[in-house]
Amino acid sequence: MNAPAPFRSADTDLDRWLAQQTGKSLLRFMTCGSVDDGKSTLIGRLLYDSQLILDDQLASLRKESRNRQVGDEGIDFSLLVDGLVAEREQGITIDVAYRFFSTDKRKFIVADTPGHEQYTRNMATGASNSDLAVVLIDARKGVLTQTRRHSFILSLIGVKHVVLAVNKIDLVGYDADVFNAIEADYRAFARDLGFETLVAIPVSALRGDNILGPSAAMPWYCGPQLVPYLEAIEVASDRAGKPLRFPVQWVNRPNLDFRGFAGTVASGVVAVGDDVLVAASRKPAKVTRIVTMDGDLQQAVAGEAVTLVLDREIDVSRGDMLAHPGQTPEFSNQFQARMIWMNEEPAIPGRSYLLKLGTQQVPAAITDLKFRTNVNTLEHSAAKTLELNEVGTLTIATDKPIAFDSYASNGLTGGFILIDRISNATLGAGVIDFGLRRAQNLSWQSFDVNRKVRAEMKGQEPAIVWFTGLSGSGKSTVANLVEKKLAAEGKHAYILDGDNVRHGLNKDLGFTEEARVENIRRVAEVARLMADAGLIVLVSFISPFRNERRLAREIAGDVSFTEVYVDTPLAVCEARDPKGLYARARRGEIKNFTGIDSPFEPPEHAEIVLHGATETPQKMAEDLFERVFGWGPSYSI
Amino acid sequence: MTEAKPLTHLKALESESIEILREVAASFERPVMMYSIGKDSSVLLHLARKAFFPGRVPFPVLHIDTTWKFREMIAFRDRMAREHDLDLIVHTNPEGLAAGINPFDHGSARHTDIMKTQALRQALNAGRYDAAIGGARRDEEKSRAKERIFSHRNAQHAWDPKNQRPELWRIFNTRLAPGESMRVFPISNWTELDVWTYIYAEQIEIPSLYFARRRPVVERSGTLIMVDDERFRFEPGETAHEEMVRFRTLGCYPLTGGIRSTAADLPSIIMEMQASRTSEREGRLIDSDSAGSMEKKKQEGYF
Repeated sequence: MNAPAPFRSADTDLDRWLAQQTGKSLLRFMTCGSVDDGKSTLIGRLLYDSQLILDDQLASLRKESRNRQVGDEGIDFSLLVDGLVAEREQGITIDVAYRFFSTDKRKFIVADTPGHEQYTRNMATGASNSDLAVVLIDARKGVLTQTRRHSFILSLIGVKHVVLAVNKIDLVGYDADVFNAIEADYRAFARDLGFETLVAIPVSALRGDNILGPSAAMPWYCGPQLVPYLEAIEVASDRAGKPLRFPVQWVNRPNLDFRGFAGTVASGVVAVGDDVLVAASRKPAKVTRIVTMDGDLQQAVAGEAVTLVLDREIDVSRGDMLAHPGQTPEFSNQFQARMIWMNEEPAIPGRSYLLKLGTQQVPAAITDLKFRTNVNTLEHSAAKTLELNEVGTLTIATDKPIAFDSYASNGLTGGFILIDRISNATLGAGVIDFGLRRAQNLSWQSFDVNRKVRAEMKGQEPAIVWFTGLSGSGKSTVANLVEKKLAAEGKHAYILDGDNVRHGLNKDLGFTEEARVENIRRVAEVARLMADAGLIVLVSFISPFRNERRLAREIAGDVSFTEVYVDTPLAVCEARDPKGLYARARRGEIKNFTGIDSPFEPPEHAEIVLHGATETPQKMAEDLFERVFGWGPSYSI
Repeated sequence: MTEAKPLTHLKALESESIEILREVAASFERPVMMYSIGKDSSVLLHLARKAFFPGRVPFPVLHIDTTWKFREMIAFRDRMAREHDLDLIVHTNPEGLAAGINPFDHGSARHTDIMKTQALRQALNAGRYDAAIGGARRDEEKSRAKERIFSHRNAQHAWDPKNQRPELWRIFNTRLAPGESMRVFPISNWTELDVWTYIYAEQIEIPSLYFARRRPVVERSGTLIMVDDERFRFEPGETAHEEMVRFRTLGCYPLTGGIRSTAADLPSIIMEMQASRTSEREGRLIDSDSAGSMEKKKQEGYF
């Protein structure tokens, strides 16, 4: 083809070089190890050796490197990537940085995670976007606790290819025995971690031994050198060999004649003429076109972003997944997973989160926290919550079924994140172990006498009225007046009171955050059952957390739900102190007391707000009555 | 079935960027794409056209016009908008225009702040955009190496480096509270060389200012400034002379230094770039005003 003028060159060598540049493959890898292991020096060395350090940078580096440990080049390579000082000065959280270098054969993207306290979180983030990891070990120290921690996280996130770089080999006199002992040690430990390839290389990042070419100082070593090994290793092709997964990202409808499903092939190969199924609806169709701006394709492989056209009008939208018949993903609303928690706010079973997996996003909750795994010792221990940087094994239930694979069988359709519904923070990352099939087969027993029938028998509309507010705010007083009025009107109502329920149904629960979540969940479920029986349910609970009140509302489903915030200032509640609880909390006799050492999150969208400091309980009950049950103010209580 | 071979690195980068652009279109109410007319913007536009083909680019394209851009850039911008049926929005800070803000009287820092940073904020507020797509790359500058692909901004468009969301796999948390917005950088993982080789491989049109031509310039403290229109202020004794120059980045003409070069086509530019070992932003006068200035500008809302 004849290229237009600016794209043509007179030089055929140049054209060949450019063809080579455009034809390179890509390897994403990460480095694990602390600053002491020489990680920064290694990355700096790779950048330097691939001639990516610019002249102006090099000059200032030489100046900065005086009085520091340098190799023959007179440069402390760690200065190139050591953003730590700069980060501290600028107040930036130490986290993942991406570096780039390339050789004639390959382009490399290096995820560099220099954190310390946040190491688990950052390593998981880096690992999720890496096909290979270089694990650094200081030859003088051997396999350490942190080496084990790094390797466990790599294994959890499913990095299959590991290079064990035994660094600072020059400082142990290039001793083969030291290297062999470390390699044997590591292999024994890594046996169960599921790495597909593992190669150990003795290196000196500072001096350049075994980085680009063989080292004269180590004639005993006959394995590969680091860069040639990274250039040659094949890591990506296996994605194309897996079953087809095509998550639909976006429906392309530019006009009435075209309807295409845009997405990136997550795994496998899709070809024109293929039969495909929508994972959720199991509706079949045939692929008629694979559209790209460069022309239609006959087939598209894992990693390619394309637009598929199907032969018939079936319901497909963002979040759907296309697969070949007989090779469909799991489709369930429950699964077991392992999670790394990434937020200061701990994971609490029962709390409602948003789960994002591929292009699917659904409300979800942790239903059972089985155990926590100590990332240093790999020991399991019972857990009620997961704190920042902790790893746990748990079950998750989603509000509606989603399509997924086990992470072990497919990394791109088996990994997910959880998002906080209020702060929108990314809270944690999980890998799915297996779907819980029971969930698919569990269906609701349906009965002929339903809520409507029962409600009509009672001549009323079932409802849940949820009172929230501090202890002593007047919730129970108002609820009590409302119930009396309802009874006088011949209505069937029931008060679920926080203190009373804790004497029976919830007497096994304490006052920690996770116990409070479970407390609310149970009460919300009971309130729903009662409403289903046709009752008007008045729930009087402090219920201090927005998330749990939202959960209660969600559990209520299609039952009328009114959130009533009895807004009485803490000082007023504390002055009243009807049960003497505030005094005891102030003396430290009660822990986790709302308003004192546990927060109350005021509702942002309560249907009704009552002002307990300025209005009488009668006035508040009348207001509420009028607004919820629609009776006029002439009915005095 | 034919044997599938791994994608080339350019193909892999292209697919990743397309996926990100589609994610923006699918996840936000009012996305917008920043268009600065330079080579990175040209690549971004090309990728957006690919992402939504055979449809047109489904979001508007925003250019912040300081009124001091090279004339050729404006002509190029309008032609691209016409040829690719783009919904082009051009915004100039009206107060800055009324006050006659210019790089000669007010210096690079004030001019950039008022005509670029503040103007951008005005345009984003006026359009109530919840996602703004930009062409920044992680290899450009130290503080960019840690930048997320989906970078969260508060209601004041400020970047809080302590409150960045971890990005795992290709799963992007696109959730926003009212008033907040997202900056999205689809070519984060591209290097300067990737951009050039992609332009070469895909034959993407870029302004001819990137190619060496004889142009009228004056030399100031080692920097070649092009005399692009009659508003240019000569220092006493200064006159324009013609030289073979090209530009490595495009911006406001009085603030953009050209380099002496004979590279008049793409292959020569790429070779020259490989041979010359000085960093890309050197020609951009904005960065040398104060150390760490990019970090500061970003926190204030500059792209």
